[in-house]
Amino acid sequence: MAKKEVDDRFKKFGTVSFTAISKTNDFITYLEQGKVMGTRCKDCGAVFFPPRSDCSKCLQSNMEWFEVSGTGRLVSFSELTYGPVGFENDLPYIIALVDYADYKVFGRIAKGTPYEDLKVGMGLKAVSNTLPDGQLNYVFTTP
Amino acid sequence: MGRVGIIGVGQSKFVRGYPGSIRELAFEGFKEAVEDAKIGTKDIEASIIASAPEYDKQRSPAGVIAEYLGLIPQPTFYIESVCSSSSTGLKVAYSMVKAGLHDVVAIVGFQKMSEISSSESQERMGRGADIQWESPFGTMMPAYYAMYAQAHMAKYGTTLEDLARIRVKAATYGQINEKAVYRKEVTMEMFTDPESNISAPVARPLRVGDCCANADGSSCIIVASEEKAKAMCEKPVWILGIGAASEAVNMAGRDLLTGLSVGIEAGKQAYEMAGLGPKDIDVAEVHDCFTIAEMMAYENLGFAKPGEGKDLIASKETYKEGSIPVNVDGGLLSKGHPIGATGGSQMRTIVLQLRGDAGEMQVKDPEIGLVHNIGGVGLYGNVTILGR
Repeated sequence: MAKKEVDDRFKKFGTVSFTAISKTNDFITYLEQGKVMGTRCKDCGAVFFPPRSDCSKCLQSNMEWFEVSGTGRLVSFSELTYGPVGFENDLPYIIALVDYADYKVFGRIAKGTPYEDLKVGMGLKAVSNTLPDGQLNYVFTTP
Repeated sequence: MGRVGIIGVGQSKFVRGYPGSIRELAFEGFKEAVEDAKIGTKDIEASIIASAPEYDKQRSPAGVIAEYLGLIPQPTFYIESVCSSSSTGLKVAYSMVKAGLHDVVAIVGFQKMSEISSSESQERMGRGADIQWESPFGTMMPAYYAMYAQAHMAKYGTTLEDLARIRVKAATYGQINEKAVYRKEVTMEMFTDPESNISAPVARPLRVGDCCANADGSSCIIVASEEKAKAMCEKPVWILGIGAASEAVNMAGRDLLTGLSVGIEAGKQAYEMAGLGPKDIDVAEVHDCFTIAEMMAYENLGFAKPGEGKDLIASKETYKEGSIPVNVDGGLLSKGHPIGATGGSQMRTIVLQLRGDAGEMQVKDPEIGLVHNIGGVGLYGNVTILGR
């Protein structure tokens, strides 16, 4: 009997992924295509980032993808000088939260951006990013 | 239905690398509480065991610990909400007693953080929040709280010096608390001295001195129905208000980054239930896993207006002699933070304060006390108001 194909695309997300299988696996394929995507409920219009496959507002599971585009506002950030196991080679790195008004996006600041250059309130864009080992994530850059 | 009273409290010393097993650690806090209550194990009708399971090798620790404490065949329940596990346990125990299911219930909180190796512990720390959408970026507890600090500083002009003052206060009391893990002095100068470990960055803007001390420890709180509490105990402390709340795990799901919404919501519920307000609180224990967490707690609980927490600490109003003493046992920062035991230890401090049994740490004649215990990065929050 043929082995059942497992869709484990999510294991490609980030430096270390702790998830392999999710109904939002298309997020990874979109990242490969250079797009950062969220989901919108087709029934009630609720908008979600990170993407969800089920709506917590109306409890329907009728989602469509939308692209995170334009410039958001930096809500806060921190530079890590210690990291968890598996992140040693990334250090130091900066995590951040960016507000797009209808939703917020949590992620990393693009490598090479000095901590001192960041200010709460400044504009940032989310772009897809390929890590040296082929893993995928997204980072914030100045527009 | 009558009130619910606390009739006994206990805690182990908080230490680095406890030289025993988890059941032996749990025994220390439990024994002290049973002796404090002057009761026997047969008087305890049910037990609640609280810890954060990712640090335990033992699966389902409740049964093992209940047996070791001599609490079988009574029912035992395992309760978890990370760092707020034992105050969640108190809420469950309160509900059981109120419902008339049991008259006397023991809540035993414990954590042996050294149960696993430091690399295993580092690995678990990477999974402290949303493992699907945040952890792949390499997040850590201090970095999340650092983001709150950064946002608070940007909005209100709070400074690193303001945060350092909170640690200096914690260390003042850690030095006189013989159960504390960190008993050394911390000065403002250490935060600016590059030679001092206190000033080393962990997750900017937070420094080593802004972070709580990991520890192994256990705590125990014994609650009873009003009738039993009056019969068994000379000085019961009553649970006047109890509130609990939850928040989105992912930072992206949060609207407030200059305070913890769970602290505000749980506080509101507890004040309302007790019919009291912030001005009525004579002594408080708040969840200072990081200096910024205590600063936000001042504001979220109404001890200061939003953005004015820095004035409260600068004027030393949260010291023992001030208008609202906070964490005068050293707090999580100096007393230590053994996850599952922390809430129970905070309760113990307030109970001792209200009974007048707090020794060198005693605040002058308090009548009403408050415990604020947070789980995760503001993921869960419990606020409990206690009175004589």
